[in-house]
Amino acid sequence: MTSMTPGSVVFKNVRKNFGSFTAIHDLSLTIEPGTLVTLLGPSGCGKTTTLRMLAGLEHPTSGRIFIGGKDVTMLPAHERDVSMVFQSYALFPHMNALENVAYGLESSGFSKREAKERAEDGLEQVGLANMGHRLPAELSGGQQQRVAVARALVLEPQVLLLDEPLSNLDARLRRKVRTEIRELQQRLGFTAVYVTHDQDEALAVSDRIVVMKDGEIAQAGTPQCLYDEPVSAFIADFMGEANVVACNVIEHVGDQAVIDVGGLEHRLPSRQSKVGQAKLAVRPGSVVLDPDANSGLGGEILTSAYLGDHVEYEVETPVGNFFVIDHTVERSLSPKTAVSLGFRNRGLALIEG
Amino acid sequence: MQRGNKRLDYLLIMGLLSFLALPWYRVEGGFFAFEWLSGFLSSSDLVPGILQIFAEGRGWLALALALFLLGAGGRLIDDPDKRGKLLVVAGSLGILYMTFQGLAISFNGWAWTIMDTSFGSLQMGQPAMGAGAILLSLVFVLFIAFGFAERGVMKGDAFVVGSISVLVFLVTVFIFYPIGSMFVGSVQDFDGSFKPDGFIENMQDPSIWSLNCVVGAGRCGVAWRTLFLALLSGAGSTLLGLAFALVATRTNFPFKKGLRLLTVLPIITPPFVIGLALTLLFGRAGVVTEGLHFLFGIEPSRWLYGLTGIWIAQVLSFTPIAFLVLIGVVEGVSPSMEEASQTLRADRWRTFWKVSLPLMKPGLANAFLIGFIESMADFGNPLVLGGSHGVLSTEIFFAVVGSQVDPSRAAVLAIVLLSFTLTAFLAQRLWLSGKNFATVTGKGDSGAHAGLPKSLSISVYGIVVPWMMFTVIVYGMIIFGGFVKTWGLDHSLTLEHYARAFSVSFENGALAWTGVAWNSFWTTMEIALISAPLTAAVGLLTAYIIVRQKFAGKSAFEFALMMSFAIPGTVIGISYIMAFNLPPIEMTGSALILVACFVFRNMPVGVRGGIAAMSQIDKSLDEASLTLKANSARTLRKVILPLLRPAITAALVYSFVRAITSISAVIFLVSAEYNMATSYIVGLVENGEYGIAIAYSSMLIVVMITVITCFQLLVGDRRLRRENRCPASPRHVNFV
Ligand SMILES: Nc1ncnc2c1ncn2[C@@H]1O[C@H](COP(=O)(O)OP(=O)(O)O)[C@@H](O)[C@H]1O
Ligand SMILES: [Mg+2]
Repeated sequence: MTSMTPGSVVFKNVRKNFGSFTAIHDLSLTIEPGTLVTLLGPSGCGKTTTLRMLAGLEHPTSGRIFIGGKDVTMLPAHERDVSMVFQSYALFPHMNALENVAYGLESSGFSKREAKERAEDGLEQVGLANMGHRLPAELSGGQQQRVAVARALVLEPQVLLLDEPLSNLDARLRRKVRTEIRELQQRLGFTAVYVTHDQDEALAVSDRIVVMKDGEIAQAGTPQCLYDEPVSAFIADFMGEANVVACNVIEHVGDQAVIDVGGLEHRLPSRQSKVGQAKLAVRPGSVVLDPDANSGLGGEILTSAYLGDHVEYEVETPVGNFFVIDHTVERSLSPKTAVSLGFRNRGLALIEG
Repeated sequence: MQRGNKRLDYLLIMGLLSFLALPWYRVEGGFFAFEWLSGFLSSSDLVPGILQIFAEGRGWLALALALFLLGAGGRLIDDPDKRGKLLVVAGSLGILYMTFQGLAISFNGWAWTIMDTSFGSLQMGQPAMGAGAILLSLVFVLFIAFGFAERGVMKGDAFVVGSISVLVFLVTVFIFYPIGSMFVGSVQDFDGSFKPDGFIENMQDPSIWSLNCVVGAGRCGVAWRTLFLALLSGAGSTLLGLAFALVATRTNFPFKKGLRLLTVLPIITPPFVIGLALTLLFGRAGVVTEGLHFLFGIEPSRWLYGLTGIWIAQVLSFTPIAFLVLIGVVEGVSPSMEEASQTLRADRWRTFWKVSLPLMKPGLANAFLIGFIESMADFGNPLVLGGSHGVLSTEIFFAVVGSQVDPSRAAVLAIVLLSFTLTAFLAQRLWLSGKNFATVTGKGDSGAHAGLPKSLSISVYGIVVPWMMFTVIVYGMIIFGGFVKTWGLDHSLTLEHYARAFSVSFENGALAWTGVAWNSFWTTMEIALISAPLTAAVGLLTAYIIVRQKFAGKSAFEFALMMSFAIPGTVIGISYIMAFNLPPIEMTGSALILVACFVFRNMPVGVRGGIAAMSQIDKSLDEASLTLKANSARTLRKVILPLLRPAITAALVYSFVRAITSISAVIFLVSAEYNMATSYIVGLVENGEYGIAIAYSSMLIVVMITVITCFQLLVGDRRLRRENRCPASPRHVNFV
């Protein structure tokens, strides 16, 4: 498992209908070899469908799909050079771990012995060297998951597909396994397409994130780019919470824009904004509350909740309510307190519409 | 396109073989006797297709060859789209042409006069299709399948497209073609010309349709009598089945295990055996009749022979089936519903009446319709007990083998019978669609079922206990009857019947099967053992396709298959002899026709079982296998089949047992050479040889129990040391 040749993935104007329902509208997407790309989005947005089309388990209604430069649109699943880790793992319950891992190798025409050796190797890679004789039912959830990964990886596919691989693990294990997967991907250098609906997970493992909404790409980019420069309220809110409020772009100075939010002036990267009415996304942690000052944007605390390492507030202002996370826990403000709001330099973005 | 080439190469080799290496036409005396090898290149009946064209002057076959070569030309095309199109076109034209020439050209030239007038008469005709012609037809079908696969249909999976095509082809040939032939036959004269007189006359025959029993004096027509009987049998078996189901699930009845055993009985009991046992009890010379005469001086009468007797026999026969269906239904009513009702201040009676019973309604309808259809299709009991008061299925039989052979009348009666059962089947489908509340959620419902209200549980016991005793007595008679010298006359015990049926002796150092039953017994075993695995294979493959694949026309496909279950055996029997005793396909008198009949009659049950079992195997397992480079054939073999073992056992056992016990279709299809046990027994009954008949029947029951046990051990169980996440057997049994 050291000689993987990662492949690229290209979707060209792919559309997928289920009967009269369109699950994927017009998907065009390029994935560079050797990167881990996450498909992120709320449930039902078409992530699994996209992944299954890549695996050959669904065929697109129109458009073309390329893997490693080769057009695979019409190729059945078993003739594609990809393999998949299923959400439910889909380990064959009547075969032990080793047989499960060897299965794909035997299907690909390896001799029984070679398949067994490679399978043992694969199990070792995921740290299950002496668990080969166990049936899936005799393994813990985390171990099953690793068998599923090993089973997919031993085929040395150009692309590894993972459909919500952590969703059946408990919260504590999730953090550990996602690190392991990322570590494995970087060590072996394969291309991976990773589906999840959890933005934390996506931020933690990805080279690039593709956020989907209603069968379309809402935004694609590096984790940092998506977090810092969301193009829409949907992205801003989906990639960590955000307050979206109306603002007024007063002028552009260089690549900065000067905005006015209910009387508070602020400077931030202008991006594609135009002078005039605009929308501003503000991370809850980027709002500074000052109970003493009496300038800029004034507001009143509606609710407050003390959560140990931070305090959460809901603040009513003339431009709308703000959800604020404040780390100065030694100063807890009670409801009805009048405050004035200010913004930090990071965590604000001008967004479309 | 590496893979596509390889499979196409195999197909082309098959096609070549069909022209070069196999006798084109049917071989008298059977293909598998291989006697044709000696005259293969010389005898004009046996030569392969290529010689039929060029040496024997059957020039019309050249077009089939041309179409084959057209398809073969696809091998040279690389573009999958174009190649696929060519294959589909060549295959479709090929199969159409094969059908056309088979139907249009018979023994002595054109089969239809219209062809004579428009094309001129043909110098020579042709016998029925043989190995070569059949193989070529199959090649054409696979041309179509591979063509579609190349074009990406079913995700380009040639195995799946191929299976679907072959299944559709087989179902067409073995179900739709015979039924169609029967319709055509009903308006044809002996020489094949169109003559609807017989059809019209029979359709209006008062002995079928008369309503005299209602509006005048005398008897009603056989159609109405059959309908009436079926309604009563359906109602009777449903009520009894419900009573049994309630006792088994809602009371503390001590013999629940015994009750469950009851469900196995109808499967292993040849259908006429109940009728036979009733004769021994209540017939003119029956024990009870004699006893009553002796004790109270009641004169023996013939009350048993007629609808009453048939009704009792049918209720006895079908109650276990209704029980099997209803036990799932009764258990399927979620206990939490009943508990909710009770917390809402409803007493047990109200809970049963207002909650449990309405929830069971679809199940009850289902059970009723099963009883109805079974009664309509029942042939054995009416034959034994009907006397002169026949029902449709026996009338059909007598129209074929009776004193006046009247195929047109048989066809008309069969059509009437078929309309009744198909109507019932459609009614069931409509009634059940969207009404299945009593389903298992999969999430374990905790809680206990409500007990029955007192008065209800007393009446349920009142029905179940006597009926159970009655059943035990009836089956006791079956065993006991084989050891009694002559019923009604001499009740001394004897082994004579068994000896006559099953004696063996050593002659000249070799074992000689001297008993009269051996011949039909071995034939039965042979045919049952051949057809069981075929039935299971076809059934499970179909189930796989229905559950796991999506394709246009799938629901029609499924519907047609399930519908074939509602075709009474008698109808199948009559349609098979009408369809398969003339070219293009001639099979009457062979073992093949029996095997085909069993496979296609019993397949729906295999399908049903397969569907139930396969729906419980997570689909992601197949998908995982596909992404692990296994094609769908390998997936089926390595992943699905091992997980389906219980369903395989069930399908094998069921089809084996049905092949042994069924009579209705078989009785039309047996021949001197291939006689089956059941038709032999019926022959014995007709000659009044009850002793041997009973002895033979009990022997069959014993053999079936033995074989079932062996099957079970052979196939083994799934090797999964785990808690089955879903219950292994579906609790909700939908029979028909
Ligand atoms: N086989 C199918 N038939 C019909 N609709 C489907 C099918 N598979 C998915 N869909 C629909 O397509 C949409 C996208 O589904 P999916 O890709 O599974 O979403 P997710 O992003 O949660 O993985 C959903 O609305 C779903 O209902
Ligand atoms: Mg999903």
